[in-house]
Amino acid sequence: MTAPSSTTALAFENVWVEYGDAVILERVSLEVQAGAFVSVVGPSGVGKSTLLRLVLGQEAPTRGRILLDGQPLRAEPGPDRGVVFQRYSVFPHMTVLKNVMFGLECSGRRANARAEAEAMLRRVGLGHSLAAYPSALSGGMQQRLAIAQALIARPRILLLDEPFGALDPGVRVDMHELITELWLEHGLTILMVTHDIREAFKLGTRVLAIDKRRHDPHAPHRYGSTTVYDFPLDKPGAVSPDAAADMVSRMAKRAG
Amino acid sequence: MPRLLNLRPSGRHGALLGAIPILLLAILYIGASALRHSANPSDKILPTVAAMADQVRIMGFQVDPLTGKIPLVADTVASLGRLFAGVGLATATALVLGLAIGLLPIVRAGLGPLVATLAVIPPIAVLPILFIVFGLGETSKIVLIFVGLAPFMVRDLAAHVAAIPEEQLIKAQTLGASTWAVALRVALPQALPRLIESLRFSIGPAWVFLISAEAIASDVGLGYRIFLVRRYLAMDVILPYVAWISLLAVAMDFALSSTSRGLFPWSHGKRSR
Repeated sequence: MTAPSSTTALAFENVWVEYGDAVILERVSLEVQAGAFVSVVGPSGVGKSTLLRLVLGQEAPTRGRILLDGQPLRAEPGPDRGVVFQRYSVFPHMTVLKNVMFGLECSGRRANARAEAEAMLRRVGLGHSLAAYPSALSGGMQQRLAIAQALIARPRILLLDEPFGALDPGVRVDMHELITELWLEHGLTILMVTHDIREAFKLGTRVLAIDKRRHDPHAPHRYGSTTVYDFPLDKPGAVSPDAAADMVSRMAKRAG
Repeated sequence: MPRLLNLRPSGRHGALLGAIPILLLAILYIGASALRHSANPSDKILPTVAAMADQVRIMGFQVDPLTGKIPLVADTVASLGRLFAGVGLATATALVLGLAIGLLPIVRAGLGPLVATLAVIPPIAVLPILFIVFGLGETSKIVLIFVGLAPFMVRDLAAHVAAIPEEQLIKAQTLGASTWAVALRVALPQALPRLIESLRFSIGPAWVFLISAEAIASDVGLGYRIFLVRRYLAMDVILPYVAWISLLAVAMDFALSSTSRGLFPWSHGKRSR
């Protein structure tokens, strides 16, 4: 296991997101260390996706700042942040190989693009499907492709948005192994949003739960969500079973 | 006995089932034609197959001494020229505008309402304007086809491009793609099969506009010819011409659909190659 590095990759400084009257996120302040695998959990509709959209640059905070490597984040998606979505992550009109070469071509790394892309695809287990189109791949293979595609661009931080949510349980376990191996091999910093708490604890070095701290029954949109639990784990799976069980029951209560 | 909705014809039986109504219709026509000719040997409404074959020989294989050309060939060349020019212009416009409107919110806000308004104008209603502005020559016929097709095709393509999942556009940007790269390498390739599909649906209306324009003001063309010989009740010319127009339309449809399958295998079914 890699020792957690002390440099901060991603920082939220008192971030708020408001849509008119409705407060989605409030007072979110957190630092993600380089090399961390942070899982974000929370009930549906609580702002997990908004958090990810902020980091992606799909939207900008109403107040506060987000820093990537100490620099204010550009409010536009860019090659410093990679992403794997639950669905629609890959280009249906490109073969598996072209899907991965696309990132190399866009960033001008054309020399050896083919060899580099092939090596990455072999690594994720798609070495035999280079000429196939994504529609011919299973859900798990499509996500392997999406991961290879994101990694080839060497992002500073990799964002995973429910990446394994649509997969069969057996396939999901394989994908957990793959992403953990890649995280270690490439020294990645990962921010993963998931609704599966077991997955969050199994993969993450740190689990963030976000939810509303305050709630006004007469104006449910008046208060936004923020981090309510922050579990630093020594290494993946190192949380004590008691703590995990406690966490799961609290979250289940809130979600119910 | 299974339910009616579960009865499926096998391949050979299916083809046979499809042939039955066509054969019935042909037999019905030949019977009715024979009946009318037994009552009146010079009947013009339901010409015999032999009479039509005669006209095909005259119109399609003999040089008209007046013009020095074979009528069917001259008409086909003139009509297809107008059709391809109008359809080509509409397709090119749809590709450029449809991509821009579908992909760029600024262009969508600027041009969307205009295109939506233009699309509801019945094209034939503006034909007099086209004749006044462009005269009775080739231009007004080509412009009518263009005006009839372009707004629909632009809207259709724009809607298709706008429906490309946002995840793909975000993903492309996280891979370092510029707006231009997203347009050319993500949106355009996914728009092309749809453009061909929309072109296939537009061929029918394009013929309607072409024949309308030719019927009103022309001196050569398939539409001109059938409306000309109508004055002499020459059904023996009209019916083969209609069959020929249908054959051309079917050939275009087939060419477009096989082009699309050849060029964009990923958009047709689940096969990989």
